[in-house]
Amino acid sequence: MKLDSKIPGGPIETAWDRTRFENKLVNPANKRKYEVIVVGSGLAGGSAAATLGELGYNVKCFCFQDSPRRAHSIAAQGGINAAKNYQNDGDSIYRLFYDTVKGGDFRAREYNVYRLAQNSVNIIDQAVAQGVPFAREYGGTLANRSFGGAQVSRTFYARGQTGQQLLLGAYQALERQIDAGRVKMFPRTEMLDLIVIDGKARGIVTRNMVTGAIETHIADAVILGTGGYGNVYYLSTNAKGSNCTAIWRAYKRGAAFGNPCFTQIHPTCIPVSGDYQSKLTLMSESLRNDGRIWVPLKKGDKRSPEQIPENERDYYLERRYPSFGNLVPRDVASRNAKAVCDEGRGVGETALGVYLDFGAAISRLGEDKIRERYGNLFEMYERITDENPYKVPMRIYPAIHYTMGGLWVDYNLQSTIPGLFVIGEANFSDHGANRLGASALMQGLSDGYFIIPYTLGNYLASAKIDKVSDSAPEVQAARAGIQDRTKQLLGINGKRTVDSFHRELGKIMWDECGMARTAPGLEKAISRIQSLRQEFWKDVKVLGKNEEINQSLEKAGRVADFFELGELMCRDALTRNESCGGHFREESQTPDGEAMRDDANFSHASAWEYKGDNQTPELHKEPLEFHYVHPSQRSYK
Amino acid sequence: MRLVFHIWRQATASAPGKMVRYESANMNPDMSMLEALDVLNEELITQGTEPVVFEHDCREGICGSCGFMINGIAHGPLARTTVCQLTLRHFKDGEELYLEPWRASAFPVLKDLMVDRASFDRIIAAGGYCSVPAGSPQDANALLIPKPEADRAMDAAACIGCGACVAACPNASASLFTGAKITHLGLMPQGQPEREIRALRMVRQMNGEGFGHCGNIGECEAVCPKGISIEVIARMNRDFAGASITERPKSGAAEDGA
Ligand code: FES
Repeated sequence: MKLDSKIPGGPIETAWDRTRFENKLVNPANKRKYEVIVVGSGLAGGSAAATLGELGYNVKCFCFQDSPRRAHSIAAQGGINAAKNYQNDGDSIYRLFYDTVKGGDFRAREYNVYRLAQNSVNIIDQAVAQGVPFAREYGGTLANRSFGGAQVSRTFYARGQTGQQLLLGAYQALERQIDAGRVKMFPRTEMLDLIVIDGKARGIVTRNMVTGAIETHIADAVILGTGGYGNVYYLSTNAKGSNCTAIWRAYKRGAAFGNPCFTQIHPTCIPVSGDYQSKLTLMSESLRNDGRIWVPLKKGDKRSPEQIPENERDYYLERRYPSFGNLVPRDVASRNAKAVCDEGRGVGETALGVYLDFGAAISRLGEDKIRERYGNLFEMYERITDENPYKVPMRIYPAIHYTMGGLWVDYNLQSTIPGLFVIGEANFSDHGANRLGASALMQGLSDGYFIIPYTLGNYLASAKIDKVSDSAPEVQAARAGIQDRTKQLLGINGKRTVDSFHRELGKIMWDECGMARTAPGLEKAISRIQSLRQEFWKDVKVLGKNEEINQSLEKAGRVADFFELGELMCRDALTRNESCGGHFREESQTPDGEAMRDDANFSHASAWEYKGDNQTPELHKEPLEFHYVHPSQRSYK
Repeated sequence: MRLVFHIWRQATASAPGKMVRYESANMNPDMSMLEALDVLNEELITQGTEPVVFEHDCREGICGSCGFMINGIAHGPLARTTVCQLTLRHFKDGEELYLEPWRASAFPVLKDLMVDRASFDRIIAAGGYCSVPAGSPQDANALLIPKPEADRAMDAAACIGCGACVAACPNASASLFTGAKITHLGLMPQGQPEREIRALRMVRQMNGEGFGHCGNIGECEAVCPKGISIEVIARMNRDFAGASITERPKSGAAEDGA
């Protein structure tokens, strides 16, 4: 496998313009002759499907939910970044680019990130034109806030429901195309395999989740916008259905997997309350703008928070990082929370939590102001914990939230399989080793509305794509493979439920490949995952049959893939013997416990190539070059 | 904590269904209702009984996937809450709970507590959008929108499409859902060019899907997890009536509103 990143080179400011000009175009009259498959209907997939439909392609869009409006993008709370500089506070495309490369700890491609910052501006224009009800000032202009450690106010938001409103914008555009007959929607349909013919992606195998029918769909190109794989940890802020199956199947068909170990742990989630816990709820990071984070100075201090006087509290972020304080990036905030809990200073029943205290902000601004800013978040917190955050400090703890890793793609968002494009969280492209707050929505929409329409056209216009029939041997074999696998899962009839396996896998991943990682821990994790996977295939209990709605069967297939991906993540974490962004190897830290990058040895993106079941995958490296933002040790002190 | 569940079990869309009693002593007041069903399902699977099918995804009240009747109330007894965010601390130890799917002819049951809400998507497809293809629209701040208008548009736009409004309505009307989208877009300048055709097409689609007419009872507003006000129905009716008057009639027949 040869990695060709197709970075355009030359001046970065004009790179995307030049690429767009050099791209071949598809004649408008010919567009309807092309069939394009889009898997996933979130910000990336939904916006791509809608836009390709508008352009005149024949699009088929698939999602496992009952409606495209439910994709997990909907749960994003805080906002979307754009370099509009409406606040006149020193923002620019270059600064957003700079912040994103630095925030990603110099593990992303400069050219991709620059294009993302450029597109950010168009996204806001597009969303407003669609009727997305962003927050406004009294004068009628768009409101902005500073978010997640940015020193400029560039985040646009719609209350605490920005993801919902942007997704509904894309969904409505998609429904319009469905109504116009240009997009055919397949809800409740799960992609289970990729069909590759003559080295090109030519279709997918799906299961109809109502009837169980295993079907094949042929196309000229396949686009995956299937989201991240945080649910490998079982507990995460991801929706319950979010899974890795689409990208994992593509990996096993020859698409390289980029930086699988780069996961983001979000610092402000509601702590776990019991072992029945099914998911973790995020509290928007915007809360850190006004909340102060602290733990007791003394170990094992069990007093309730209001009984702990000021001088016995440790506002550890403000103490360690005087210039950024509570607004340090997510990875830094998460690691510090873990550190104080490891010292025995955690709060709450489980002692795995820290306080996020609005007391000072309420006395400074008044309760009304705080209610206006965070009312719905406070309400949600109270609903879940039965505690009133206006009166007692919130308790928060880090949780898995986002995966920066994903399928490796070149500058055109094409994977190592020609004709297979990967967009949004499903690819590895723009966030390096750590994603900044309010950048996920930006990337999903940039990929879907403004990149894929150009790069896909170039592929279709220049590749030689032969006609393929449903009876081709590759199509038949892919279908038969899925039928067999389904039969196998249903036939084991062992003793343990799918969820019990998933929880156990998640625990291994969280303990050994979570916030802090070590070589011995990762090695142990790999062998434990391997034996757990074997046990799964011998002892899992999946009731019912294929020809019906069978949620256990759906879960079983996804968990089977999570085992394999979890192992690859540990392997990647093991080979990356440095700390960068969300990836913290205990072996690689400064004397005062900060992450230490090793640019001499690890200034590359890892791309893993599948070599067969039970074979060690092969690691390829894409060297990263920095011509504009020069790698420096990130410092938020 | 112990709970007794009476749950609607129905194998397929065409099979007859019935209420089945289950009991579990492994409940915890901090669990959500869906986590309670997870625990129950784990017990059922271990006993060799097929687990209860219910729809869910985000489990934080925003995706709109979840929803069923608890003791006759859509999303259960707590106001402005979806079942995924409803914790068991709102129930008593030993309480009997009756869980049933949404009931509406436009929401056919698929299995157990899961229904088909594709009719909602078709209502949106009929006009719940602004027709602006991706490209280069004007600068976002070229359009000034007064904050109160934007806030009211956002109130309506908060709809999660769960279908509780339909389930709660004695006529199974989808007016709150449809009115919310018509109101969201109708309050914004971007929504004006298509305001009339939107109201006409969406309301007709809604009626064609077999939803009932709005009787102004207000049950929908009471169960809406996002607190959407029935004011949106008044706006929908006004837009629809206005548009019907100015629309060039295709036939002489009068037409029902919502
Ligand atoms: S599961 Fe998403 S709203 Fe309840």
